[in-house]
Amino acid sequence: MSKLDSRIPAGPLKDKWKNHKDHMNLVAPNNRDKIDIIVVGTGLAGGSAAATLAEQGYNVKAFCYQDSPRRAHSIAAQGGINAAKNYQGDGDSTYRLFYDTIKGGDYRAREANVYRLAEVSANIIDQCVAQGVPFGRDYGGQLDNRSFGGVQVKRTFYAKGQTGQQLLLGAYSAMSRQIGKGRIKMYNRHEMMDLVIVDGKARGIIARNLVTGEVERHSAHAVVIASGGYGNVYFLSTNAMGSNVSAAWKIHKKGAYFANPCYVQIHPTCIPVHGTQQSKLTLMSESLRNSGRIWVPKKIEDSVAIREGKLRPENIKEEDRDYYLERRYPAFGNLVPRDVASRAAKERCDAGFGIENNDTKEGVYLDFSTEIMKKGKEAAIEKHIHNPTDQQIYDLGKQWVEEKYGNLFVMYEKITADDPYKTPMKIYPAVHYTMGGVWVDYNLQSTIPGCFVIGEANFSDHGANRLGASALMQGLADGYFVLPYTIADYLSADIRTGAIPTGTSSFDEAEKGIKDKIDFFLNNKGTHSVDHFHKKLGHIMWNKVGMGRTPEGLREAIKEIEEVRNDFWKNVKVPGEREGMNTELEKAFRVADFLELGQLMAIDALHRNESCGGHFREDHSTPDGEAERDDVNYKYVGAWEYQGNDINAEVLHKEELIYDNIEVKTRSYK
Amino acid sequence: MSAKKGLHLTLKIWRQKNNKSKGQFETYKISDVSTDSSFLEMLDILNENLINEGKEPIAFDHDCREGICGMCSLYINGRAHGPDTGITTCQLHMRMFKDGETIVIEPWRSAAFPVIKDLMVDRSAFDRVMAAGGFVSVNTSGNTLDANAIPVPKEDADRAMDAAACIGCGACVATCKNGSAMLFVGAKVSQFALLPQGRVEAKRRVLNMVKAMDEEGFGNCSNTGACEIECPKGISLENIARMNREYMAALVDQG
Repeated sequence: MSKLDSRIPAGPLKDKWKNHKDHMNLVAPNNRDKIDIIVVGTGLAGGSAAATLAEQGYNVKAFCYQDSPRRAHSIAAQGGINAAKNYQGDGDSTYRLFYDTIKGGDYRAREANVYRLAEVSANIIDQCVAQGVPFGRDYGGQLDNRSFGGVQVKRTFYAKGQTGQQLLLGAYSAMSRQIGKGRIKMYNRHEMMDLVIVDGKARGIIARNLVTGEVERHSAHAVVIASGGYGNVYFLSTNAMGSNVSAAWKIHKKGAYFANPCYVQIHPTCIPVHGTQQSKLTLMSESLRNSGRIWVPKKIEDSVAIREGKLRPENIKEEDRDYYLERRYPAFGNLVPRDVASRAAKERCDAGFGIENNDTKEGVYLDFSTEIMKKGKEAAIEKHIHNPTDQQIYDLGKQWVEEKYGNLFVMYEKITADDPYKTPMKIYPAVHYTMGGVWVDYNLQSTIPGCFVIGEANFSDHGANRLGASALMQGLADGYFVLPYTIADYLSADIRTGAIPTGTSSFDEAEKGIKDKIDFFLNNKGTHSVDHFHKKLGHIMWNKVGMGRTPEGLREAIKEIEEVRNDFWKNVKVPGEREGMNTELEKAFRVADFLELGQLMAIDALHRNESCGGHFREDHSTPDGEAERDDVNYKYVGAWEYQGNDINAEVLHKEELIYDNIEVKTRSYK
Repeated sequence: MSAKKGLHLTLKIWRQKNNKSKGQFETYKISDVSTDSSFLEMLDILNENLINEGKEPIAFDHDCREGICGMCSLYINGRAHGPDTGITTCQLHMRMFKDGETIVIEPWRSAAFPVIKDLMVDRSAFDRVMAAGGFVSVNTSGNTLDANAIPVPKEDADRAMDAAACIGCGACVATCKNGSAMLFVGAKVSQFALLPQGRVEAKRRVLNMVKAMDEEGFGNCSNTGACEIECPKGISLENIARMNREYMAALVDQG
């Protein structure tokens, strides 16, 4: 029996959230200090939620594995955050942001959730400005906007190339205010190891103090998981090294359904892989696609010569360049959504036109020369420079680019030793954001009562393909403006419960489970490091559960991942002790979870016989290589129920997606 | 083909079991390091070797490896974040080193940043300074003014952004002979001093943050400017001057 009740409020789309807020139960201010809430993760979602819940008067315990909440990986988001403010007067509205997001998600997201997201988006900007987030402004002192992929209006607010950083520091400062007041008890360098369920409700967690190695019990009336995404299952990704799936996976093993795990966003503008010693991929903001043109040589011999270092891209004539996005998608050009841009790059590289001198010959150019000259000419006119020389135009244009994206250009140069002002950037798609995650209802509650999941850790809002600048929006919307209301509805039944004791058998069992695993890892006389298994898993995932998926490849992946997993439990070697800092032990727990999740991702990708957004099945594509969706059979959220150690036995539950307010169309950016 | 030119290096690395035990330098050899690798990737390889030899890997802090989270640290050949400028250790690449070189690697050196293990230190003092006033006291309900209701001159917004770009890595403290945190605190004070938001509590903010900074055991600024030179984000000394002005004004006002 499926337990999937989405609890979408009745009434017209535009009134659902308001009506819901009007009728939900509340916890009165004088009762809030009788309630404890645990928040796991302190990125945009967790940080904003912890700050807001504490400000409302609940007792909040916040956990992060880093040394400070300010390090959460939301900090690395570069480009911007969307909001339907229509400051630019180009026709933006709540409806249009809602529509773009649903369409961008390939009609695999819930209407009501997405509409609510669009509705509160404008509040986010007001809130962050009030907190002192230094967004980019124009000379009149008003906020500036840029545009992003998949969208034809300018609705993206930004703080140079460090938007995520500034928004996170805003949430962190709001948290700091509550920490200073004693309203939030902050547990840095702590990792959630398991969820504790008492009488069917989430009532606490087992955490490990990463500095002392101590295993601790923490109780609460509700647990909020805000632990981010699981892109590190691929080993190489744009995620922070420590980002992991463990918190989300642990609640899955305790009964929370895991939805759409196969939806992974492959970001088109990443610096290509350089070699086998690489640990991490670095993104170049999508905002660069506003100013850069993407191309590969038209002639295959030019690509070969470039790879061999015999030809420079600057020396390839305009007519010999294939601006393949502009060619294939004239309406959106370089601003097509991320899945479309990524696949188009893969298609050109698979055909042999890749330009990077690496093992896989994968890489395309992101070229700023046209924009530099265009902006230079504009600046020359503005500065009343008559008959400017090409050099003057170039210098002025360069100055413009520097101001807009300077830090990204410096970052690129440090990593590649190439000057992107002189020679085009080399980019290639990489794993970036995961749209799948824990299934939650409209209240952001998982199938475990009292366990809420927000931000990237849940499955909601983005459908099959997250558009640019929308993840920051969802993180802050959930944390500042949605969860604080919906969690009260649940907690209103708990004002007489009193503190949850940690001495009960549920806590005993959960703690024992973790201590036994620690013993196992430290005593296993294995032969290979944790990373050895992680890299093997990543290799299978990228090749067979990556940008293009086939049924045969997925079947092989399922089998191979299981083999790696069995090998891991026999042969993993974890040095060090249980007491004190032990980074290998931390990794061992995380990789154990990735090995299970990876298998479920392949299973999910195999069952979904269609292509949509980040999930591209090569056997479901049109003759010209575009994704072929199957709305008749797959217009649902696929949520998996854990059945024990055998991941192949997980049971699928379906939440049908109903579109009452928009027409489901074939997505085309041509 | 990835290892275009493999480097062979000698590494002198600070090993310390925990905060209570004494530490010492250990010497390690490493070979075939790609010049395209980052410094932390080089340490990853060393750790992989150590694990395979049955030894304990070296503990060091790192996370985003994109130069933005501020978690990585390391004193490399006597410089915070190593020999390159304007970067964090995770963005330092091995092409900055020569074949056969000896590299000395130490943790951040400051009384306010106690060692946790090996190269890892505790920077929670920064969090406590932030909790003392590094915020605008506005509720997070979203019931605020429209974001464009108060125009902010572009120049001010840009300078606030420059100050706000601080990643809290602690290189300024580690490199300062007095272990001063004034660049870090100055940056946060400046961000809010340059914006209309939060101006009403400016005096309280600077007094509280400076007090917390002193209580954490950070030293004073003696204007040597080393912090500015080693700051991976180019946070300017102007921010210290601005903090001092804000502080003096607040003191005068306080009487």
